[in-house]
Amino acid sequence: MTDDRIVPVTMPKWGLSMQLGKITAWVVAEGDEVQVGDDLADIETEKITGTLEAADAGTVRRIVARVGEDVPVSGTIALIAPAEVSDDALDAAVLQARAVIDAGVPDDAGGAAELQTADVGGRKISYAGAGEDGDVILLVHGYGGDRNSWLFLQEPLAVKYRVYALDLPGHGTSAKDVGDGTLGVLADAVTGVLDALGTGRAHLVGHSMGGAVALAVAARDPGRIASLTLIAPSGFGSEINAGYLRGFADAQTRRELKPVVGQLFADESHLTRQLVDDLLAYKRLDGVDEALHALLGTLLDGDAQRGDSAALAAAVAAVPVTVVWGRADRIIPAAQADAVTGAVRHLIDGAGHMPQMERPAEVQAAIEETIARAG
Amino acid sequence: MTDTVERKTLTREHLLDVYRTMRTIREFEERVHAEFATGEIPGFVHLYAGEEASAVGVCSNLDGRDTIASTHRGHGHCIARGVDVGEMMAEIYGRKTGSCHGKGGSMHIADLSKGMLGANGIVGGGPPLICGTALAAKLKGNGGVSVAFFGDGGSNQGTTLESMNLASVWNLPAIFVAENNGYAESTSSTWSVASDNIADRAAGFGMPGVILDGFDFFAVHEAASEAIARAREGGGPTLIEMKFTRYFGHFEGDQQTYRASEVEHARAELDCLKRFADRVTETGELARPDLDAVDAEVGVLIDRVVAEAKAAPLPTEADLLTDVYVRY
Amino acid sequence: MARNITYREALNEALTQEMERDETVIVMGEDNAGGAGAPGDDDAWGGVLGVTKGLYHKFPGRVLDTPISESAFIGAAIGAATAGMRPVAELMFVDFMGVCFDQIYNQAAKFRYMFGGKAVTPVVIRTMYGAGLRAAAQHSQCLYPLFTHIPGLKVVMPSTPYDAKGMMIQAIRDNDPVMFFEHKALYDSSGPVPEESYVVPFGEASVVREGGDVTIVTLGRMVHTSLEAAGQLVADGVQCEVIDLRTTSPLDEDTVLESVEGTGRLVVVDEAHPRCNIATDISALVARKAFGSLRAPIEMVTAPHTPVPFSNALEDMYIPDAQRVVNAVKTVTGWTR
Repeated sequence: MTDDRIVPVTMPKWGLSMQLGKITAWVVAEGDEVQVGDDLADIETEKITGTLEAADAGTVRRIVARVGEDVPVSGTIALIAPAEVSDDALDAAVLQARAVIDAGVPDDAGGAAELQTADVGGRKISYAGAGEDGDVILLVHGYGGDRNSWLFLQEPLAVKYRVYALDLPGHGTSAKDVGDGTLGVLADAVTGVLDALGTGRAHLVGHSMGGAVALAVAARDPGRIASLTLIAPSGFGSEINAGYLRGFADAQTRRELKPVVGQLFADESHLTRQLVDDLLAYKRLDGVDEALHALLGTLLDGDAQRGDSAALAAAVAAVPVTVVWGRADRIIPAAQADAVTGAVRHLIDGAGHMPQMERPAEVQAAIEETIARAG
Repeated sequence: MTDTVERKTLTREHLLDVYRTMRTIREFEERVHAEFATGEIPGFVHLYAGEEASAVGVCSNLDGRDTIASTHRGHGHCIARGVDVGEMMAEIYGRKTGSCHGKGGSMHIADLSKGMLGANGIVGGGPPLICGTALAAKLKGNGGVSVAFFGDGGSNQGTTLESMNLASVWNLPAIFVAENNGYAESTSSTWSVASDNIADRAAGFGMPGVILDGFDFFAVHEAASEAIARAREGGGPTLIEMKFTRYFGHFEGDQQTYRASEVEHARAELDCLKRFADRVTETGELARPDLDAVDAEVGVLIDRVVAEAKAAPLPTEADLLTDVYVRY
Repeated sequence: MARNITYREALNEALTQEMERDETVIVMGEDNAGGAGAPGDDDAWGGVLGVTKGLYHKFPGRVLDTPISESAFIGAAIGAATAGMRPVAELMFVDFMGVCFDQIYNQAAKFRYMFGGKAVTPVVIRTMYGAGLRAAAQHSQCLYPLFTHIPGLKVVMPSTPYDAKGMMIQAIRDNDPVMFFEHKALYDSSGPVPEESYVVPFGEASVVREGGDVTIVTLGRMVHTSLEAAGQLVADGVQCEVIDLRTTSPLDEDTVLESVEGTGRLVVVDEAHPRCNIATDISALVARKAFGSLRAPIEMVTAPHTPVPFSNALEDMYIPDAQRVVNAVKTVTGWTR
């Protein structure tokens, strides 16, 4: 870009293996003023669909990428520039940006996810990482999720940190055997990955059941855990949408699963066919049905939550804890954030049970702030 | 195996048992013949009367490891294999209490729990299936054998010939029993079978061939036990040909104008039940009153099952759509 | 971990994993190992197009070559299935069904019903279908409509390596007789397939492309042809929804009807001959159950009512291509009363 005042809006990298994205709809048009955080465009990738938020404020002077065309990650899709920048300068910038898009992605382009496995007590545990330097962050997904729950967060965080996400036993591409299905088995996997990484201290981010797992890991060895960011963690109260959990475990078809999974989001447009189909394909892997049902016994006592995360949290009082919750969470009520004593609270408007997908920028900010607090 | 019959030993109990089975078949078929004429029995029936020595002579050598497949003329094989006579009669009457809940009828009576893979409405339908059950027994290593019964008509069907070749090539514990009653529907077997005997084909398929007087229970029993023992021990398949005649038409309603007087002659001179009775009373193995007692019991049984069948409920609309699949 | 493998490899992997898991699974067919009785290699072929390669040595005694006697060995597979085995038999080309159809449609398909619910026949019959290899009239047909017609059979035709593996595993575990159709032109196609075992249930169509303007219902190799057409139509501003039926028996009616209720327009693409095929079956279904939603008559894209020709030039005309699908879509989108 010859003119420094031209700020490119680029195709984000959602997930380690993403190489291409496609704009399915522009929310803004040329001439619109945007603030940081405003929605710019709906983008679809192989793995997920999401909305790109503006990272900069200003005027959208040029839309570069068309709806429906593949754009390589980091390719420029629009230009933000003040009114003073000339049309000639903008046209030149557009030409440069178009050349990148039209060239496409070479077949041997990198972006292969650095997928690794660790043998933890006879179980194969998958994990993948990004980032060159800085503190280690380990992201722990929730019930029925996998390391792709962190698609919108992993690459952005990797700019400053070394960021890993694992598949818990019974999930993703890890071994599907969960033994007795207790938190201990899951915590073992997390500890096993930390050992495999050879890392001393690490920051843990845990979502939902993964939050309880992160607490269990920290409680065993508080000195090893630098900070805890808990996103809608389980076990802090008795109220829970037990129907969601059972429905998720029992659903056999898309028709049964779709309304269940819809409850995860404040805005159901996040619920794409791709997401539901991917969850169905996961549930049809050998062993997943048994694993999900075994874990129900750990999460539920009748229709109430089992588990005492507050006790675990008390055991790690020295560790900086942040709790993040979507105010519109229909799975575990956001009010339970109050039960996380000693934690810094971030409650997010317009987010349901999956703020790391619904409001990734805010969750990222919360994580980074927690890490900074840990010193 | 508690129900394994030892070779060549025919105890008094065994003799009574086989006589009872043959008598049951005879009375069952005679009764169906009479009842069919009233018009109450739906569809078609193909009666086995006259051929009892074949079914019983072979099947009395089998046990729980073994499977048989039969033809459209299957009542005799079903009874010989221990399929419930009451359920069979109800099935013929199309009742819900029938062996197949009224959904199969005379030509499709089966009971897999008794190793009876069914009567079959397709001529030559059984032999390939029997290669399969024989293969399963061989892979399981349990010594089980499988027997395919077919007629002189079925002996010309491609499936039968292919199956004999396959059984030889795979060395399967399979017995092929050609029940040559002289007619394939209305066509004489001397016309339709190119060789003098069906058993002559055995050599062409690499297996032993045996020709038997199908009215002689003891001859059948002996030859069958030998073939079955050979198969159990891994010696491969055998082709057995029974020569006899059927007492009724191809189907009930067949005017049989293609026949001469062989039925009267057979009933008088060759009948397997008469021959059996004469022989066992001559040797003193059994006495006339023993046999008469069995006859009487069988008569009572047949009366009962016919009465029950006539009184049994028909299947309902709810039954029409069930059991097409295990799970659709 | 999902990695790209071919349709052929996906089938081989499904067979391998199921044979490892369940010792009652056996494989039989002409040349399924290859070299029976011959002085050279056993497992010389592993199936005429290599689908069963490697199984013979991995599973001694459980992979059986057969003489060319379809009635006998397809019937044997069926008989063995009634006796506790789970056979996977190969009817090499579905065009050969004439020499063994009785065992399939009069025996296997009917046992459960005729025997009053007392038989279980868990047999899988794999068979190759479809044109495109210049194999001519007796080696190129799509005869799945004939089997779909028979109550008691399940009829399935995966179009991707992912579906091939999952549906083969489902077929083997299924307790009903399954006719498993493999398009010969798809064996070399590749796609992501998880290493782990998984199932794809029957009776569930797959919406492989979403779109609001027209519903394309299709199956087998024609799924790819339809996607190609859908890609071209974007330039005309037409968004096609492409539905891969995956199984014709059982049939996922709901997915088809739901889609047509949204788009109002239906094109069915079926490589089979035009009379009494899946296209007519789907058309009748939609005409009966979604009549009120239709905004244009239904279009069918099929092969012509001829045997499959040999010459390249003719076979290429015979097989429905993307252009014909595009034309059909334009007909329904451009239709006015």
